[in-house]
Amino acid sequence: MTTTTLKQPSKILKILKAIWNGIRRIPAVYFIFFGIFIVLGLLSPTYQSTAGIMAFLRRTSPLAILAIGEMIVLSTGGYDLSIGSIVTMVVLGSSLLLNNDPTMMPTAIWTMLALGLLIGLVNGFVVSYLKIPSFIATLGMMLLVKGGALYWVGGAPRGYLTENWRAFGRGYFENVPLVDRFPYALAILLILALVTYFIYHRSNFGKQILAIGDNVRASQLSGVRVRLVRMIAFVISSLFAVIGGIMIGGFGGVNVTIGEGLEMQTIAACVVGGVLLGGGKGSVMNVVFGAFTMEAIFNLLNLLGLPKPYKDAVQGLIIIAAVAYVALSTRKKK
Amino acid sequence: MTTTSISENRFKRFMRHVNIPPVYYFLVVIFLGGGILDQIFSDGQIFTNQAILLNIIVRSVALGIVAVGQTLVIVGASIDLSVAYTISITAVMSSYIMQGKTENVPLAILVVFGIGILIGLTNGLIITKLKINSFIATLGTSLIIKGIINATFSNYTGSVPKSFQFFGYSTIGPIPVAIIVLILVVFAGWFLLNRTKFGAHLYGVGGNVEVGRLSGLRTDRVVIGAHILCSMSAVLTGLFLVSRLQSGAPWVGPDGLYDLESIATSVVGGTALAGGKGGVWGTLAGVLIFGVLDTVFNQLGMNPYLKTVLRGAIIVLAVASYTYRSKKEAA
Amino acid sequence: MTEEQKQKDEKTANRVEPLLEVQGISKRFPGVVALDNVSLKFMPGEIHAVVGENGAGKSTLMKILAGAYIPDTGSILLKGERVTFSHPQQAQHKGITIIYQEFNLLPDRTVAYNIFLGREPSKLGIIDIRKMNKDAEDLLREIGVEKMISPTAMVSSLSVAEQQLVEIAKAISFNAKVLIMDEPTAALTYTEVKLLLDLVTKLKEKGMAVIFISHRLVEVFDFAEKITVLKDGQLVGTVCSKDVKPEDVVHMMVGRTLDHYFPPLGKPEDFGEVVLRVTNASNKTLKDISFELRKGEVLGIAGLQGSGRTEMAQAVFGVVPFTSGSVELRGKAMIMKNPATAIKNRIGFVTEDRKSEGILPKQPIRDNMLLTVRAIQFVFGPIFKNGIRKTKNLVPNLGKQVDVRTDSYDREVQYLSGGNQQKVVLAKWLASDADIFIFDEPTRGIDVEAKASIHDMIRDLTKKGIAVLMISSELPEIIGMSDRVLVMWDGHIEGELPAKSSEPEIMLMATGGKHIKEPQNVSAAGKE
Repeated sequence: MTTTTLKQPSKILKILKAIWNGIRRIPAVYFIFFGIFIVLGLLSPTYQSTAGIMAFLRRTSPLAILAIGEMIVLSTGGYDLSIGSIVTMVVLGSSLLLNNDPTMMPTAIWTMLALGLLIGLVNGFVVSYLKIPSFIATLGMMLLVKGGALYWVGGAPRGYLTENWRAFGRGYFENVPLVDRFPYALAILLILALVTYFIYHRSNFGKQILAIGDNVRASQLSGVRVRLVRMIAFVISSLFAVIGGIMIGGFGGVNVTIGEGLEMQTIAACVVGGVLLGGGKGSVMNVVFGAFTMEAIFNLLNLLGLPKPYKDAVQGLIIIAAVAYVALSTRKKK
Repeated sequence: MTTTSISENRFKRFMRHVNIPPVYYFLVVIFLGGGILDQIFSDGQIFTNQAILLNIIVRSVALGIVAVGQTLVIVGASIDLSVAYTISITAVMSSYIMQGKTENVPLAILVVFGIGILIGLTNGLIITKLKINSFIATLGTSLIIKGIINATFSNYTGSVPKSFQFFGYSTIGPIPVAIIVLILVVFAGWFLLNRTKFGAHLYGVGGNVEVGRLSGLRTDRVVIGAHILCSMSAVLTGLFLVSRLQSGAPWVGPDGLYDLESIATSVVGGTALAGGKGGVWGTLAGVLIFGVLDTVFNQLGMNPYLKTVLRGAIIVLAVASYTYRSKKEAA
Repeated sequence: MTEEQKQKDEKTANRVEPLLEVQGISKRFPGVVALDNVSLKFMPGEIHAVVGENGAGKSTLMKILAGAYIPDTGSILLKGERVTFSHPQQAQHKGITIIYQEFNLLPDRTVAYNIFLGREPSKLGIIDIRKMNKDAEDLLREIGVEKMISPTAMVSSLSVAEQQLVEIAKAISFNAKVLIMDEPTAALTYTEVKLLLDLVTKLKEKGMAVIFISHRLVEVFDFAEKITVLKDGQLVGTVCSKDVKPEDVVHMMVGRTLDHYFPPLGKPEDFGEVVLRVTNASNKTLKDISFELRKGEVLGIAGLQGSGRTEMAQAVFGVVPFTSGSVELRGKAMIMKNPATAIKNRIGFVTEDRKSEGILPKQPIRDNMLLTVRAIQFVFGPIFKNGIRKTKNLVPNLGKQVDVRTDSYDREVQYLSGGNQQKVVLAKWLASDADIFIFDEPTRGIDVEAKASIHDMIRDLTKKGIAVLMISSELPEIIGMSDRVLVMWDGHIEGELPAKSSEPEIMLMATGGKHIKEPQNVSAAGKE
């Protein structure tokens, strides 16, 4: 051990301590994400280029949007398990409606948004007025929407997705200073994230959402219109699922299983992003990065050349590990 | 309330103890409603054709066995999303080991139950020791199992010898073996929950884990035990399915929606997701409801996708029949 | 007295050994010293109360005795022998049982299952249900309640008092020699308290040592022979209840004489016009309610549990509205259909159970205080860093007004003491600009100093012209605070009494004394 004069170490120590305390307060998800992303960058030059990073962000934006919507419902203490089926409905239905006719694009989009609104309202109604736990209610809705969508298209993909519709998920702004190509999807994500940030963190409505998730009875007795707030939460979740679905259909293909398991991935993204299952706490930016983390994990597995089955297994392990880490770090802070 | 003594009216006491879960009334309504629809729109065979009635019950066996296991877990305030893939891996592994030969059957059964115990143990340990939410934990393990299955098998594998198919097809007298097994499983579940220390402790841990802990309950062991039993019930379902299909395929579990439906039937049957209350007889009713609906839809020649739609709607309505009257806000 | 007799007396006195003794107990938590070198003796056959302000260390001490905490220093002696506990179960097996304020019962299981949780009589893992029920019945008989409570009854169907009796039966089943109770009478009605006293007296006569924590000094003096006062983790002293007056004990607790427990009542000139007039209003549980509430007064609502007091508050506030009759609010005919309407009409409701109905535990103090304001403004109220846009200082001002003790308004409310939590709730209603306040048990489970603070605040409200409806089960509080008293019984208003009425007068009305029929389960205790 080197000896130093008494004055200096205490100052340096104080600064170091302050930095360390600051670091400890950063949510775990950022460490996980940047850790994985750095590994990605080391393994493949694509992730070192701006083009590669933009492509990554384009791919991830839909999941992030879904996660933001789901976070709102999770914050009220509920679950929305119907978002996966909504994505399936959006992709299959839009394909059918568009039928390769670009003029149908606005119709397709408005129809889907209207359906999303309806689904959200029904979810909210069932939970608020029929008093059914949202887990079960949205589970029922998931079956309903999935069955309905498949029935509508007759069990197999029909029609064709037009280029202008796919642009939302696929397209880029060209000739953007600094990054050259900026995905539409990312722009949509940023707009939605910003809007949600204000609604969730900086408005009365957002605080009421957290209040309901924390203590619904106290909220009621304090004048919160619980039913209305909850309905709006479910509507936001469904609408975001529709938007996410449009983007997923944009660069993916059309197939009947496109939305399978998405709700689970989304909830996992939220949990990694520090949302408490049971309500009362959440953060827009953290869940966006939670979604980024999930996507980064998938990409890492791809890059490592793991065949698909191993990907699922490792994905499962990582979800467990990530959640455990988040849980442990939140507990330590207390 | 007055205490009862043995000499009191035996019938009255019996009726008070035998709590008929309200879901059974719902079942009767569905059954009659289905029968009426059948009369109007189809050949009205449902009440008369014994084969069809039997079919309802046999279809319910697969879901019923795993639903009993799920009920145990839910009573303990946990959840098991990995049952679907547990069923799949059982189907594939057992079929693979059997290779159509009877002498391999005992080994196959041993192996799959071993796998089931391992899965349940893993779930239980992750939830209790790593303190991870059961939703996420069992979601994670289900993905791991899915990965393992898909890495090793991609299609129907192996085959089941005729001797094993007795499970799925044969009867003892007029009653299919499958139904006997289901009744035994439900009864075992009931016995476990209501007559054993394990069951009492499971209700305790599920109702309020702090109370359980202060009473000295080994809360971790109880939850792990419930998960092991649940996985084992999934294995049994897998064996049943494979004995009917004669060969195992990786999509058997998730295709049958066994994860979500075992949860739905438990809740429909009166077991609260929050834990600490409910039971297996209610779950059985829930399963039968789904079975009746399936058969009615088939009789009516309904589009399979519409079936899914109606299934979703029925789940919601059935649960609503309990909950809409309650004063508590749902989440 | 002869020398011989004196010596005999001394010998007997010395022969009675303390059943439970703690020596030099200290316990520290991060940032706070909970107990500092406390030594106490608890004698068999004696009821011993431990009192002190919030944070004085009472709960910590009890938890150490019950094995829930391990002391940093010091020793515990049971019958002279040193014992250490690392788990409450160990303490239980040695005969020390604690009954917490929130009870440790499973609502969806029966009484028998609850009593024997973890030790169900069984062979090979299979429970002998008949034996379990019978054993439970025997235990209930031992405390004399076998006719009231059945071993097969679902705990959720029992009243709070009955649940407490189940907890006591459970304690006895552990052959408890020492019974510790945390605020045993907080949620009980007057009659139930008397029943509990009888039961506890029976237990002490069996040689048990009963220790309890309470903030209700009247009951402390009714129940206990010895009173120990803790302050800031230290032992102030132990006195015999017959040797001291309540004022002395309070002095020991707070280090100054609170000679005015209650602020002075209002004078007739303080009362203004009628702001709330209810006429012949009823709903499912309330019959024919009629009363007037004037500006600047405190209208006390007394009554036994089940008399409908909370239901009346809920009806006025719109939680369970009146279905018939008329309600005039500030001269306008209006029946509140839901809480939001009531709040918009400037009524506030400080509920009975702050934990489940009053606070948002995981949210910071700031958000708790602003909840009502935000609820009314709905979405169209952007907020900035310090809270509501209106005034940056709203939250600190509220905090000062209600005297909340905290270092930051961003602290999660669940970490505050009961008294501070109640103050946050009060602030919430002040923020909503209510001029009619309904209080339901405003100082339940709160220490003496915070109690006085809240009583002062209530009186300050009335000085500003606010009308207060105050429900309370604590008769001293009713008598000390009310300008008028309404006594409820069986879902209707039995009568009205003027200020400074006596306890017997109120109790007579509250037990329906005018009627010949005796309410059930209230046997000898009703004849006050």
